[in-house]
Amino acid sequence: MTQTAKPADRPLSPHLQVYRLPLAAWLSITHRITGVGLTGGMLLLTSWIVSAAYGGESYAAFSAFVGSPLGYLLLAGFSTALFYHLCNGIRHLFWDAGLNLEIVETRRANMVVIAGTVALTALSWLLALA
Amino acid sequence: MFASHNFRSPLGRAQGLGTAKEGLHHWWAQRLTALALIPLTVWFVAAVVGLVGSGFEEFVAWLSAPCNATAMILFLGVSFHHAQLGLQVVVEDYVGHHGWRIGTIIVVKFMCYGLAALGIVSSLIVSFGV
Repeated sequence: MTQTAKPADRPLSPHLQVYRLPLAAWLSITHRITGVGLTGGMLLLTSWIVSAAYGGESYAAFSAFVGSPLGYLLLAGFSTALFYHLCNGIRHLFWDAGLNLEIVETRRANMVVIAGTVALTALSWLLALA
Repeated sequence: MFASHNFRSPLGRAQGLGTAKEGLHHWWAQRLTALALIPLTVWFVAAVVGLVGSGFEEFVAWLSAPCNATAMILFLGVSFHHAQLGLQVVVEDYVGHHGWRIGTIIVVKFMCYGLAALGIVSSLIVSFGV
């Protein structure tokens, strides 16, 4: 027998089960999750316009649904996902242009994306409910 | 297996084994729709914030304005196009079985463009008078 049966003490490539994801990786998968979720948000927007096209009664029914606790929950998710996808999407466009790819710049952009999402979501809800 | 191919020239064997040359168009369309959605999303959020609490008549009057109708139709069309392109990538990444993958992508395409058409037609109905 040669020594090949012995477990090799070699470095292992990082994979999802052993690798603690950096923040940028969490933001990346969040971009994809919010993207899928926003399609649901588009369904809500389409329902709004379709309800108006069918007349005042269906528009009132849709408005009542959106004004319900479930409606507010959906709007909260829609707005947060929209601002996150907008902010992180702009970052992705910078990456596609070959910019902001250094680790220091990526870490700074992480914070800009998170702060931008929180600020824009809070601002629009403040303006909407004021 | 290889014996039956031995009569083909090296060039003949290599031809047709490259990319289908369609990936670039998908990539570019996803970026271009993303770019267009930056101003459209800012407009959309501002519009929704301004429309909070408005009744049916106010909404109809708002969507009857040519600029609002145009922006809404663009937002619907570009958003659903962007959603279709993004969902396609998600399906391609996570659905392993070839038949299911193709089938899911077709369903996603039909639903996205169907909903886009529904939203746009409804916008026009509201704009031209319910």
